[in-house]
Amino acid sequence: MALDEVKEIVESGENYDTDKEFKYVGTRPDRPDGLDKVTGRAKYGADHYVANMLHAAVLRAPHAHARIVSIDTSKAEAADGVKAVVIGTDLPEGLTGGDLHLQENTLARDKVYYDGHAVAAVAATSALAAKDAVKLIEVEYELLPHVIDVDAAMAEGAPVIREGEQGPTVPEGMHPNVVNYIEFGHGDLDAGFDAADLVMENTYKTEATHQGYIEPHACVGQLGDDGKGEMWVCTQGQWFIRKMCAAVLGLEASNLRVTPSEIGGGFGGKTTIFSEAISLALSRKAGGRPVKLVMTRSEVLRATGPTASTSMDVKIGMKNDGTMTAGKVVFRMQGGAWPDMAPTGMALNCAFASYDLPAVYHEGYDVLANRPKAAAYRAPGSPMAAFAVESLVDEMTRKLGLDPIEVRIKNGAKEGTKSSYGPTYKKIGLLECLEAAKAHPNLAEKLGPNQGRGVAAGFWFNHGGETSVSMSLGNDGTVTVSAGTPDIGGSRASVALMVAETLGIPYDHVRVNIVETGALGFNEPSHGSRATFATGKAAVEACNQAIGEMCRRAAKRWGIDEDAVEWKDGAVHPAGPNAGEFPPMTIKKIGQTMGRSGGPISGHHETTAGGVGESFGAHVVDVEVDPETGKTTILRYLVVQDAGRAIHPSYVEGQYQGGAAQGIGWALNEEYVYDDMGRLQNPIFLDYRVPVASDLPMIDTVIIEVPNPGHPYGVRGVGETGITPPLPAIANAIADATGRRLRHLPMTPAKVLKAIKNG
Amino acid sequence: MKYHTPASFADAAAIAASASGVTRFLAGGTDVLVQMRSDIVMPDDLIDIKHIDGVKDITQNADGSWTLGVAVAGAEMSEHPTLGKDWPGLVEATDLIGSTQVQGRATLVGNLCNGSPAADSVPAQVAAGVTMTVTGPNGDRVAAVEDLPAGPGRLNLEKGEVISAVHIPARGDNAGDAYLRFIPRTEMDIAVVGCGISLRLDGDTITEARVSLGAVAPTVLLVEDCAKAIIGTTLDDAALDALAKAAEAACNPIDDKRGTIEFRTDVAGVLARRAAKIAYARAKGE
Amino acid sequence: MSNKIHVSTKVNGDAVEFLCDPRETLLDVLRDRLNLTGAKEGCGTGDCGACSVTVDGRLICSCLMLGAEAEGKEIGTIEGVAEGGELHPLQRKFIEHAALQCGVCTPGILVAAKNLLEKNPDPTEEQVRYWLAGNLCRCTGYDKIIRAVLDAAEEMRGAA
Repeated sequence: MALDEVKEIVESGENYDTDKEFKYVGTRPDRPDGLDKVTGRAKYGADHYVANMLHAAVLRAPHAHARIVSIDTSKAEAADGVKAVVIGTDLPEGLTGGDLHLQENTLARDKVYYDGHAVAAVAATSALAAKDAVKLIEVEYELLPHVIDVDAAMAEGAPVIREGEQGPTVPEGMHPNVVNYIEFGHGDLDAGFDAADLVMENTYKTEATHQGYIEPHACVGQLGDDGKGEMWVCTQGQWFIRKMCAAVLGLEASNLRVTPSEIGGGFGGKTTIFSEAISLALSRKAGGRPVKLVMTRSEVLRATGPTASTSMDVKIGMKNDGTMTAGKVVFRMQGGAWPDMAPTGMALNCAFASYDLPAVYHEGYDVLANRPKAAAYRAPGSPMAAFAVESLVDEMTRKLGLDPIEVRIKNGAKEGTKSSYGPTYKKIGLLECLEAAKAHPNLAEKLGPNQGRGVAAGFWFNHGGETSVSMSLGNDGTVTVSAGTPDIGGSRASVALMVAETLGIPYDHVRVNIVETGALGFNEPSHGSRATFATGKAAVEACNQAIGEMCRRAAKRWGIDEDAVEWKDGAVHPAGPNAGEFPPMTIKKIGQTMGRSGGPISGHHETTAGGVGESFGAHVVDVEVDPETGKTTILRYLVVQDAGRAIHPSYVEGQYQGGAAQGIGWALNEEYVYDDMGRLQNPIFLDYRVPVASDLPMIDTVIIEVPNPGHPYGVRGVGETGITPPLPAIANAIADATGRRLRHLPMTPAKVLKAIKNG
Repeated sequence: MKYHTPASFADAAAIAASASGVTRFLAGGTDVLVQMRSDIVMPDDLIDIKHIDGVKDITQNADGSWTLGVAVAGAEMSEHPTLGKDWPGLVEATDLIGSTQVQGRATLVGNLCNGSPAADSVPAQVAAGVTMTVTGPNGDRVAAVEDLPAGPGRLNLEKGEVISAVHIPARGDNAGDAYLRFIPRTEMDIAVVGCGISLRLDGDTITEARVSLGAVAPTVLLVEDCAKAIIGTTLDDAALDALAKAAEAACNPIDDKRGTIEFRTDVAGVLARRAAKIAYARAKGE
Repeated sequence: MSNKIHVSTKVNGDAVEFLCDPRETLLDVLRDRLNLTGAKEGCGTGDCGACSVTVDGRLICSCLMLGAEAEGKEIGTIEGVAEGGELHPLQRKFIEHAALQCGVCTPGILVAAKNLLEKNPDPTEEQVRYWLAGNLCRCTGYDKIIRAVLDAAEEMRGAA
């Protein structure tokens, strides 16, 4: 997201009256898709089987960086059951920019850029036949020197990954792998540091992590010679799949119909394409037979969406009383071998977002490395930025003998604060979160030997985005909503609650369907914590449109002015001078008679949703560190976060808990490990260590509600902020427990033990 | 791939002996299927030994020793009413292999035959003095567990040889065993270091001990110096220090994605101390 | 080169037969040959538990067993957890507690949790956590899952 875009979204927007009593909003009904999901009936990406279907397998490069000298597919083509083989040069030429990058990542053309980069694919009559045939493809590579680490990739003499990709803002003389440079800030930085009693500066590093969704990418693609195609796919955004596949294959977007399956987790990683276009290309070559392509876990880890790895400098000035006077960050981030994939700009924007600082300055470098093309991961950039900044704030707080929560309250951003990234905040809830954290019983728990407590704040902008929703009235007065944002964590329930509230009809009279690309206008994916916010907001507006029509129908029937009626409790009531003159006309009655009163009734709303409200949070974690092994155990975990308003509180809590768990994994164990050849060493869940049930305690949550005036029910997105504070909160807790400061994630037992031993 | 279901170990050995390509025996399959899935190994002949009589039996013999069928799963060992009372360390070590689901299938023999120096049950087997019957084209032989691993992924088994029974010694009086491993999470990881200890007391004094270490060398080690460090002692601080030192000295680990040389060496000493204390307490009946 | 194996087995109490390649796992067979797609493949290596089923009452990963090994066994899958149209208490409690977000790990977790409660009707929180350690969930942080299992156990004990 560009900075001006963020500003526009923050500063635009309506002012809704969010201070009302609600009947449905804020309740905890069963989710509409619950039954399907507890019985195994829900259909996910790999659960789709169609007639005459072929199965695909993909050949992936075992090298971090190599030129493709030749590919011989003849043996594979001759193998039993094989119906099509595709390689990079089968895809159309002439693409540029982001489309070209998507195409290069779909199938390598001249070079492979990372271990796991796709080079060829086969469609065959069975999955085993496809897997066997892929092994018959012969590829000759010319190995090229590679680079993995972000600092190494910027250093003099590092292998050049791409020529001619350096953006115009990059300072002269920098390595060609530095492809973009960002700087911004405000206030007098020197004066700020001069005013401080304590100025500290440190460098922090984080390793790449994966979203780790349990469902591997899967799709069934079908494409005929006429350029018309269909796709079933697990995705956060069916229109993004359509747009990207169309671009990569040179299709007309309208000719591709994309149906989203239920989605088995995404966390940002399913907002783009990886192999989807391959299934379509294979299908076209195989005479239009549908082709199913399901990634293995190791393909997921090797070739899809890790987040950036980073190297970050932070400098902060603080007075003896804890007042922060200035802050500066310099972030270096790699997002794989393609430009603009590292979330450098967003990381910079987030760095000091929780603070009211008179002077801030940000610099960022986007760097190429021989790693997979990064994808979004929950609050992209914010967790790393928070690790760096919130760690240093903690170090300084400790040094000055101050309380970490009080220092954050003292300096915390609030309504009217000019944010570090530019816009002035409207109503936000950071201080409320910090006060609630302070008052929580977890903070009264006494800590024992080798135990420590850590605090950190976190932030995410949230996003509105392009949104279309339609709703229609049934003959029985029930309502069907067509939404375009896949339900990744309960959004059908939250949208149904808001529709029920708006219409004044029972929750179970609303069915929310997630529809295919042909059934609705464009929608951005379920990303940016926008599904409940933006789809909810558009659904409310669509309902309001239908309410207007229902009021007109009733007024016409009654022969009174259409302004002389009002909508209340699921019915049109005569109002004003006509009040009580006619019995209310219920939505059921309107539905039953709409064929005679003017035809079907529906509402729709299309918008680039403004009025986004930021979500701040504060986490407090208690840990125990085994001084002999360096192993960290999470004893207690508290998430406090502003939801604006919790439409379905259980799923809000779920977002808080899930974000915290992912952050805990990132802090302690998760990382991409490469060997000297640049090959990923841990592409299975055995060694890519996400938290398991026995690793975690219950995760306590407190929902703060500072309603967002930009949403009819006060909603702020809640999905992302929660992954941000765990990284520094745990580092701060480990520092409290051991007296040792870990500045390089993950804080594995080996690193912690080394820090303990080395003093 | 051909899938075989022989009815006897002699038949299984004969199939393996006459096979020309890659051969694997299938019991729990929790390693073999992973290797097949990951394209590490695709056997030409897969010999499922679970159709052989007795492979699921746990039997205590008249002398107090135990004979286990080769397809007895970890969960079956854990659920056995008395095996875990005799050999808690061995049963707990086996229980540490993988998840509940893996426990439903994984076996002691498979854990050994996978040839991983980090296999959790193997140090406990070595400490306990477990032996195996090996059936081959020329009949049966008995081998100590510590003599079977030859290196990562390799065993001292001849072509056509298959392990056909597990023998666990009689526990006897005043004895106890323990196994501890270090992993970064609480479950689901491969051991970064493992340590198995079995010992016997006379009064408070240790009279017999076997100490083994996993994941610190190309094969699981039986460390004589560790045993010497505690035999004749009451496991006082000096003995524990000597034990830890001997454990560290025995380490010859590698740096890899799961741990560093330095870390493995340090933690080997830590685990040896901790496991010895548990085994000692068990021997005392505490 | 057909090398297919004929297998007769029982799934959720129903007798079924299938032909499979010896390399096909039980999970492959359930999904691709028997149209039972409730068990998911999250990893294929026994590390995630999404494919959990029971075989003769024993909880396993169906990705770690060959289809050919199913001969003569009794397989239990998520599709058999609700009996006679009545949801199992665990299924109800998972909905009630919002113990699922994306839901892809849910079938495996329900199969595993049901197997636990059959063996141990009164597990502690720690026992539930360790029993389910092989069932990865990336969405929930496990909190609501654990609560749902403990609540279902309590209800089942009350009903027993």
